[in-house]
Amino acid sequence: MTEKFFGKAVKRVEDPRFITGAGNYTDDIVLHNMTYAAMVRSPYAHAKINSIDASAALALPGVLAVLTGKDLVAAGINPIPPGWLLPDLKISAHHAIQPDKVTHVGNIVAAVIAETRAIAEDAAALVDVDYEMLPAVALGSTALAEGAPQVHELAPGNVAFKWEIGDSAAVDAEFAHAFKTVEVKLRNQRLVPNAIEPRSSLADYKRAGDEYTLYTTSQNPHIHRVMLGAFIMGIPEHKLRIVSPDVGGGFGSKIFQYPEEVIVLFASKKLNRPVKWTATRSESFVSDAQGRDHETVAEMCVDADHKVLALRVKTIANLGAYLTTFAPAVPTYLYGTLMNGTYKWKAIHCHVTGTYTNTVGVDAYRGAGRPEATYVLERIMSRMALELGVDPLEFRRKNFIQPDEFPYQTPVALQYDSGNYEPAMDKAMAMLDYAGLRAKQAEGRKNGKYIGIGVSTYLEACGLAPSALVGSLGAQAGQWESALVRVSATGKVEVLTGSHSHGQGHETAFAQVVADELQIPMEDVSIVHGDTARLPHGWGTYGSRSAPVGLSAIKMASDKINDKAKKIAAHLLEASVDDIVHEDGKYQVKGVPEKSKSFFDIALMAHLAHNYPADLEPGLEATHFYDPKNFVYPFGTHLAVVEVDANTGHIQLIRYVCVDDCGPIINPLIVEGQVHGGVAQGMGQALLENTVYDDNGQLTSGSYLEYTMPRADNMVQLEIGHTVTPSPHNPLGVKGIGEAGTISSTAAIANAVIDALEPFGVKHLDMPYTPEKVWRAISASLPQAADD
Amino acid sequence: MAQVVAVTMTVNGVKSTHHPEPRTLLVHYLREKLGLTGTHVGCDTSQCGSCTVHVDGMAIKSCTMFAVQAEGANVTTIEGMGEIGHLHALQTGFWEEHGLQCGFCTPGMIMSSADLLSHNPNPSESEIRHALEGNFCRCTGYHNIVKAVQNAAHSMAQSAMAQAADD
Amino acid sequence: MYTSEFTYHKASSVSDALAQLASNPDAKLLAGGHSLIPTMKLRLASPSALIDVSSLPELRGIRTEGDTIIIGAMTTHRELEFSKVPLLSEVARLIGDPMVRNKGTIGGALAHADPSADYPAAILALNAKIKIQSSSGARVVTADEFFQGMFTTALAPGEMLVEIHVPASVKGAAYEKFAHPASRYAVAGVAVVVHSDGSLRAAVTGAGDHAMRLTKLESEGVSSACKGLVSASDLMGDHFASAEYRAHLVDVMASKALARAK
Repeated sequence: MTEKFFGKAVKRVEDPRFITGAGNYTDDIVLHNMTYAAMVRSPYAHAKINSIDASAALALPGVLAVLTGKDLVAAGINPIPPGWLLPDLKISAHHAIQPDKVTHVGNIVAAVIAETRAIAEDAAALVDVDYEMLPAVALGSTALAEGAPQVHELAPGNVAFKWEIGDSAAVDAEFAHAFKTVEVKLRNQRLVPNAIEPRSSLADYKRAGDEYTLYTTSQNPHIHRVMLGAFIMGIPEHKLRIVSPDVGGGFGSKIFQYPEEVIVLFASKKLNRPVKWTATRSESFVSDAQGRDHETVAEMCVDADHKVLALRVKTIANLGAYLTTFAPAVPTYLYGTLMNGTYKWKAIHCHVTGTYTNTVGVDAYRGAGRPEATYVLERIMSRMALELGVDPLEFRRKNFIQPDEFPYQTPVALQYDSGNYEPAMDKAMAMLDYAGLRAKQAEGRKNGKYIGIGVSTYLEACGLAPSALVGSLGAQAGQWESALVRVSATGKVEVLTGSHSHGQGHETAFAQVVADELQIPMEDVSIVHGDTARLPHGWGTYGSRSAPVGLSAIKMASDKINDKAKKIAAHLLEASVDDIVHEDGKYQVKGVPEKSKSFFDIALMAHLAHNYPADLEPGLEATHFYDPKNFVYPFGTHLAVVEVDANTGHIQLIRYVCVDDCGPIINPLIVEGQVHGGVAQGMGQALLENTVYDDNGQLTSGSYLEYTMPRADNMVQLEIGHTVTPSPHNPLGVKGIGEAGTISSTAAIANAVIDALEPFGVKHLDMPYTPEKVWRAISASLPQAADD
Repeated sequence: MAQVVAVTMTVNGVKSTHHPEPRTLLVHYLREKLGLTGTHVGCDTSQCGSCTVHVDGMAIKSCTMFAVQAEGANVTTIEGMGEIGHLHALQTGFWEEHGLQCGFCTPGMIMSSADLLSHNPNPSESEIRHALEGNFCRCTGYHNIVKAVQNAAHSMAQSAMAQAADD
Repeated sequence: MYTSEFTYHKASSVSDALAQLASNPDAKLLAGGHSLIPTMKLRLASPSALIDVSSLPELRGIRTEGDTIIIGAMTTHRELEFSKVPLLSEVARLIGDPMVRNKGTIGGALAHADPSADYPAAILALNAKIKIQSSSGARVVTADEFFQGMFTTALAPGEMLVEIHVPASVKGAAYEKFAHPASRYAVAGVAVVVHSDGSLRAAVTGAGDHAMRLTKLESEGVSSACKGLVSASDLMGDHFASAEYRAHLVDVMASKALARAK
């Protein structure tokens, strides 16, 4: 038997370069004759640009150019369009450099190109912009209020879209005969993605051939090529190469088409020299698309048996000043469709109003819509359990969709392919010793020790997505994925994938699968990604799609290699192709193991073609474009335990148990790593992270001195388990795991905090659970001491 | 023209002289003058720790020090910690425990952890978490980073014992 | 990311540094750099010259003279963390993170007088003396005289902080800090010292616009209930912590510090 890699905790093959400092991130790339760009950004949230005086900047030795919005418009550069459309969507023109008006702090008004980064930064400070300040608005609900400042003239009342899903009348009918109803008002606060590598772009225009290369921090280089080439800059796609080398984390924020990429490409051609821009962290805070920012009112009802009946959700989604690439899809199709969760609802209705505000654009951030939905659903389920006086886990158990009910059609469009929710819950409860901990909790409360246990029995839909389906919903992109498996004459294998790894370990997990499929050593396989000049068109990595979609394409391309190899083997072994089996690393005649050809033999003959079937093309390479039939539906149970210091309101996560079902696990190290990081990000939202804009649209949490990033001492060692329910519709049965941790953990921790505060009569608080908020909630419940 | 100053320092055992402007941060000097791009810049307020290197044996943030201040210093960057085949125990620990994902914070994490282990060879989990207060990771949730440091502490203790037995 | 241009001078001695400072009023002294350099990178400060005093041997080290410990201004947080200096070793361990402590200095921190810095509360509670030097001579001020307001101290233009004098022994001392989760600076940091003569001094940092004595606690002594020690109207507030909450935290931290110090 050859070694099987599927399921093994193989150490990552990409790590040697990262642990020795040999990674190759965009800002590490140095090109001959390179110049540097620095952006001039608006300090105001909303203002007219009266004039720009660049004379002092241009007079500085070493300054090569100062570009303004008018330069780009004059050159025919188009605004950056969104990549997803909704009916009646009001699309604001997002110029790479704003020509007339700025609508958020950080909006680019000019770009300086200079011989060094230091000079570029010096000159940027010298560009004199005359602004006429306008009133600004930062909060979604405020933007919708009568008389609110108008962000864009084309969107009256700051409404970008109104969208709904589900049957409103059916929901009303259920509420009419309900046994009990509850309502929650929830603010899902805005987050800054904060990949540790700041964005960076380096453009290299070559006059010979009129060709552009853009090295950039992207999760999906082909999306950039289409957008930059076809829609924004008018560069023929075959003259534009996008390279996305090692990328230091994305979490969604590096999906999108950003202004700086347009600017460096434009400047590189203008100067006929390479131009590099790398964000400072301060710039990242005001220019990377941000996440979440919902205000929601949700109501649910149950019958007398505590069976869930209907759910009604109304959400205001703050989209910021511009519609970034996937912005319209996140609070709609990735949100409303997820409201069903793991439960059997009779009816659901979700209505979303997308609003413009004078803030940074909001788009996909790890989970993208699904954490927001899960937060609404899992909070209201726990609230209902509290109101009914029943255990929140048993309440959920009673309402789970049962294993024999799949495929299951929800009232909000999705059809779940598979699922088995109770075993995951039982396993998590056992790992935590749920009953024992509840007893300890009750005991502790008597002694002033307040712990809380929170649950989320989440479900998510990932593996984006069937192309025809998303096309019908407004996507301006396909959502299939490509793979090209190329075997060299000596049997070494390059796998070109349209998926992009920015930490996910594709170079390892994908190679494990290919090595198994071709029955060759893992070290003979290399995974190539992130370069439009090398790859077939691909759609990149987001929405936990790399394993279910990208890897499915690789598996199917590998099957094609095996099919061809069998034909070559049959010819060489003078056997019928139907008699060739692929075993023990060889293509052999069934039952006659001594009649066999190795992978090397086949690869060599495919290239030499000296003794070769007449009806077969030489060479050994196969491409597959895989379009999934459905989303995949990972699920699980997360249990969080927190402790509240009633004196200060400080909350510490003390245990975290999660049981996830992402189908068969290719590499447990990588899967668990994804869960660890996802949970930390969810914890960050629940307890720490907050993006605070003041009434003038100034970001008052725009650095790591104010924006609380999760650190090592905020986390605990996680306790992780799995159940395995394969997806029935992809060849490996795999489901995505990249976002599940984030999707589930925020709600689980939020529920834990509210559970901990139950003795104080607290039924709801908005995240993040910062100490003062918790202390005030506790104080409000305590009888005032006589001397106060 | 801007003032430039001659700066001589020994980096990863190699002594060299360059002429940066005084305002050149040590991290830019290492990355741009010496091509040592394993040291990264992740913030501008001295919080994230991606730029951590050792100056005269102590972990510092190379984004918060001018190159000229390192005149005459001995500097170690991630490139000087070890190479494939001769990895430092921490590099091995991070690899074995899957202590990294995107890899961007990893050099800083390794350099900070090395400082910790130099004065506390057997840290508790809580001491490790406290010692990594100045290093942000957005990928790993720190779970496997803690394990990586424990792994390295263990293997360093083992090799110290083996060394002692040999002596 | 680059600061504005400046000229760099590595001081050869304290008197050299003072002469440089006298010749250019716009020059700044560079110590550990952990407050100054980030401020310069964000171009919130653009001094035309930096005088590097961080490695002057005469400003480094901790020595005992009689019943006083003398700490050189350029002694790093790390050196203090691993020292036996009463209270300050405990405080130093809570500053920033290990890399900050390896580079940052006590003198730089005190001269900067960030309202949320940790040392000032301890310096006040220890009743430390600050030695200040200029080209015209030296003077010693008390901690109470030294901290005057937000980023404001008794240091006059042309002067530099050279030494901190603290008692070599105290009966008890403790520092309790409620840290901002992002910056890790003090939102309320309370130092309590029971001196050899039995007197009690206490001070808070982080809550107000500069470190201040907790006179109510001091007058109530070791049996203080630590209630209502400061009025919210004297404190700062921001989106993370209001003045009222800070006032409450002062009580909580004081109570914990007092319990350990007495």
